[in-house]
Amino acid sequence: MLRHIISMRDFSRDEIDIILNRAKDFEPIARGKKSSLLSGKILATLFYEPSTRTRLSFETAMKRLGGEVIDLGSVESSSVAKGETLADTIRVIGNYADAIVLRHPREGAARMAAEYSNVPILNAGDGAGHHPTQTLLDLYTIMRESSLSKLRIALVGDLKYGRTVHSLAYALSLYHADMTLISPKQLQMPDVIKKDLKKQGAIITETTNIEDVLGDIDVLYVTRIQKERFPDPAEYQKVAGIYRVTEELLKKAPDNLIVMHPMPRVDEIDPAVDKTKYARYFEQSFYGVPVRMTLLAMAMEAV
Amino acid sequence: MKRNEEDNPNNSSLKKEMRVRPIRRGTVIDHITAGQALNVLKILGIYGTTTAVVSVAMNVPSGVLGFKDIVKVEDRELEEEEVDRISLIAPNATINIIREFEVKEKHRVALPEHLDGVVKCDNPNCISNTSEPVISKFTVNKKPVELRCIYCDHVISEGIADHLI
Repeated sequence: MLRHIISMRDFSRDEIDIILNRAKDFEPIARGKKSSLLSGKILATLFYEPSTRTRLSFETAMKRLGGEVIDLGSVESSSVAKGETLADTIRVIGNYADAIVLRHPREGAARMAAEYSNVPILNAGDGAGHHPTQTLLDLYTIMRESSLSKLRIALVGDLKYGRTVHSLAYALSLYHADMTLISPKQLQMPDVIKKDLKKQGAIITETTNIEDVLGDIDVLYVTRIQKERFPDPAEYQKVAGIYRVTEELLKKAPDNLIVMHPMPRVDEIDPAVDKTKYARYFEQSFYGVPVRMTLLAMAMEAV
Repeated sequence: MKRNEEDNPNNSSLKKEMRVRPIRRGTVIDHITAGQALNVLKILGIYGTTTAVVSVAMNVPSGVLGFKDIVKVEDRELEEEEVDRISLIAPNATINIIREFEVKEKHRVALPEHLDGVVKCDNPNCISNTSEPVISKFTVNKKPVELRCIYCDHVISEGIADHLI
């Protein structure tokens, strides 16, 4: 059975715990300790949408484990520009590589790719859909820097279009987290997702103001309001820059609060916050490497 | 053997009152939600080009439902999997398989667990709405009736008949 990584919905809490615990063992390698675990293996990266950190962190993970990476390159200069279907591309690349990392603008692209692929597919984001490796590294960050048990977390920003937040909220519901959703009215989390989360056992409250809850949370998870996800630019202008986490704001925060952000940030977190004890977003982006190492190793049956 | 009067095509006393004559062989779908008969045909893939004899009765008074639709398809015994799809739009429908004017099998429709290639995902950005070689696939939640696209997770809960392919 191929181990595709498509959606957090495919994982039970036990499976997530196994991944998170294994990721710990990969941390020294992520920090530079030599490994040849995936020596002789080839990873193909197919990014139909631009990505910096996800692509580079997958590449880093693969290379630090001794493996090789081949890249589709830009969509404009590849067979895709000639009109090749994703299904065909996947079948062709699957004959070259031992696993495929895929980012695609269409929701469900990774699930379909998995139907056609003879090697594991790792979903690195499909449209406004899933981004499970980001979710796993978010969970790992919480586990390492705070705690997943009895977690009180506030998710801030674009909760309507933000794919990372949907995946993360779903996974947190498996941990029965107490979640506060903070967003402007027009960017609230879709009802269908909230209903789903409650069904899983999440406790959900909604507000439009960070200060309302700052004193009662362990994690403040900030997201960028993504211009590219807005069908109407006028709608974007109404909400751009609405939330800004500053040193001043964090004066009201409890000592053990951590601030996370999937990055890249624009102006949601003031750079002055970087040097405070609260900031964890750079650690978070580092943790992407050991987590992706774990997933690559599992996908290629090396662990 | 005494044949049920309603099922006897030669019973002249009933003949004038009958809206649709009994069939010798085929499938009768009864208790269809009034107004959904044409959608039922659509789900079954029975279009104007069919060569089968198809009878449709709409808004027939019914003791249980008030009004109902009935569809009769001659010379074709519909498979359970085919007819179960009907439950999406006509949950009370009953299926009667007829042989030699007699009801040989009778059962209610039941929602299937999965639905492939019947309903179009209403998320325009879903991979199933592209030129990729992929058909729509949904998992079915029964109460309330909701379809979840296996590709994009989009949920269709209202106006399912409007999304029939």
